[in-house]
Amino acid sequence: MTNTLLHPTRRGLLMAGGAGLLTAALPGYVGAQAAPIKIGFQLHRTGIGASYGRWYERTAQAALKLINDGGGIAGRPVEILFEDDGTDPKRGPEVVDKLTQSDGSDVVMGTLFSNVVIASAPRAGELKVPYLVCSEGYHVASGILNRWTMQPGITDVRSQITAMAPWVSANLGKKVAMIFPDFAFGHDHRDFFTAAMAAQGGEVIAQIAIPPTETSFTRYLPQIPAETEVLYHVMVGPAVLTFVKELGEFYGTGAKPQFFGFIDSLEAVDTATPGLEFLEGSHFWEAHNRVKPADAGEHEDAYRAAVGVDDNGASVSDAADIATYSHMFSTWETLFAIKAGMEASGYTGPADRQKFVEAMEAMTDLPYGIERPQGAKVFNGKTHQVFGTQNISQVQGGKLVRVHQTSMADGAYGDAVDYTTMAF
Amino acid sequence: MTGGGARIWALHAAVLVVVFAAQYWLSPYHATNLARIMVLAVFAMGYNLAFGYTGLLSLGHALLLAAGMYAASIPAQLWGWTAGPALIAGIAAGGLMAGAVGLLALRTAGVSFMIVTLMFAQAGFLTILYFAPVTGGDDGFALPAASRTILGFSLATDTPRFLAAFGLFASGLLASLALVRSSFGRTMVAMRENEERSRMLGYNPFTVKLAALVISGLYAGGAGAAWALLFGYAGASFASIQYSILPMLYVLLGGAGTVLGPFLGAVLMFYLIEFASDLTSAYLFIVGLALVILVLFAPKGILGTIRERWARWLP
Repeated sequence: MTNTLLHPTRRGLLMAGGAGLLTAALPGYVGAQAAPIKIGFQLHRTGIGASYGRWYERTAQAALKLINDGGGIAGRPVEILFEDDGTDPKRGPEVVDKLTQSDGSDVVMGTLFSNVVIASAPRAGELKVPYLVCSEGYHVASGILNRWTMQPGITDVRSQITAMAPWVSANLGKKVAMIFPDFAFGHDHRDFFTAAMAAQGGEVIAQIAIPPTETSFTRYLPQIPAETEVLYHVMVGPAVLTFVKELGEFYGTGAKPQFFGFIDSLEAVDTATPGLEFLEGSHFWEAHNRVKPADAGEHEDAYRAAVGVDDNGASVSDAADIATYSHMFSTWETLFAIKAGMEASGYTGPADRQKFVEAMEAMTDLPYGIERPQGAKVFNGKTHQVFGTQNISQVQGGKLVRVHQTSMADGAYGDAVDYTTMAF
Repeated sequence: MTGGGARIWALHAAVLVVVFAAQYWLSPYHATNLARIMVLAVFAMGYNLAFGYTGLLSLGHALLLAAGMYAASIPAQLWGWTAGPALIAGIAAGGLMAGAVGLLALRTAGVSFMIVTLMFAQAGFLTILYFAPVTGGDDGFALPAASRTILGFSLATDTPRFLAAFGLFASGLLASLALVRSSFGRTMVAMRENEERSRMLGYNPFTVKLAALVISGLYAGGAGAAWALLFGYAGASFASIQYSILPMLYVLLGGAGTVLGPFLGAVLMFYLIEFASDLTSAYLFIVGLALVILVLFAPKGILGTIRERWARWLP
């Protein structure tokens, strides 16, 4: 009898060799397929942005589930690593560092507050990690950041404001008084809306800046000129509700101008809150309508169900818990943009980050679908900024009802930068 | 604080050697964090000279930090200054601002001094917001990459950034040690312990305290400038009340009136936030709890307690 261990046959050797190769290759193959794509999420879980952060996390989780149920990104499962930045510009870059260097995220996303974005973007550029923000700020398209920073999930404030002016001047009035917080966010509104109204033949007759430390606003309200036809208000922060209530008390039951506000003034606040009755009939900008419009798109129901929001824009588990509905879709759409960018670039790992950015820059039309429940968009690869439609709603019976949707052209403006010419 | 000179210098030199060498054995993530901590420690060392040694409980040091930050970053932004001149401008601005505030605020003492410095800092914060076209307001601005260079090295890269932070930290630590061991340092302590007796001995409390505050401002200005140049951002949030409280917490934790206390406090507080934020979103509660425990059981801070019980020679 021949000992096959000492004297193996050729067939035996081939089979053993083949089995060995398979054994060696299989775990690697399975491992590569199973290794999740890690998306670092810079979250405002605490600090002034916490009410937004809570809903950003919830929306991102819902999108993540949908992506993973559909096979993940390029067949790989996806995981999101949430890290709180306290809405603090000092902590922001530390979080980008932690998510990238310590946790091994492939990309970082999710930041809302402009100061955190502007503080964090340089660190993302140094680490050469794609940084996809959900911020609205006109800081990506203005060209002050870098090639690694993009905003594919929400339009910026310049575009939003520009898109409002034609409708406001045609429907509400030509003489506008503006009330805004006396810091950068308010200054963007002041500058862009004043210019946009002038282009429409209207005029901003008063600009009332409120210091950010103010907690009561009654002494500013008499500065509103009597001939004001439209009062444009945009306030943010903890004192928002006080501001809106004091505005109501100031006018009482007497004659008042048309009110036009950005929903930021009332994001996560119920418009039927006692004391806000005077807002009946007034108008608000909304990116994504909190109250489901009668003619909502076919994917609206699926999006609301996935996130857990009812037709009034409140949590399905608590009708008093109003979502930051006009902003939170940005995390959903950004996640799907990441999926599209990674799949288009053949992304396999951090070595392909540059290819991912280039694939994002090559994107243009982003059609309406479950990936973009807010609406169709166009991504400008040069400015790294997405453009889309805006909505104007009127408070009717205590609810926000959409009365107008802008075209994409209404919010267009010229390019201020071409990031594609910058070095990585 | 007299005697044991060799032992004292050896201890501080050893700390510097360990911190310098840390860049070789720490991961890039923790090495970058250490660079951040060193800059924060410089800020805290300056605070310690005013509060820990001279007894000036300021609630307005954010103003001095911001003065340095903007004096460095605005010329970098507008005129393309590189990091060297920008850092010098920042240090000078911190000192000048401290001098200007001190001239008025030092007419008061105790609680009034706290309130006056707090008011100055708040006015400074609002001024930064008011001049948003230049300062960037609350959004702030990212510094141009071309300005973030020193001697041809980019401060946006890991090794030069670490070395620059270390250089500032080492200079600050050694200068602080030399100062507190000098006769002027002992005069500062005399002001803290008994101002009236010092006056009787012929010292002018106003000038001693003003000088201490200006030196403290030089540190704060240097830290603010370094933060902007090393990490590429300047913004109004660094002028907010939070940044007047932070150096006080670092100093209280590490040990007020100890040379190494501010650095120790900055390290511990930084990593306490880092680890606590992994455990819970209420991480500031854990930080607060740690401080309450500290105040109850070790009111002199960690190094202050060690000095009191085991190492009376610690400066």
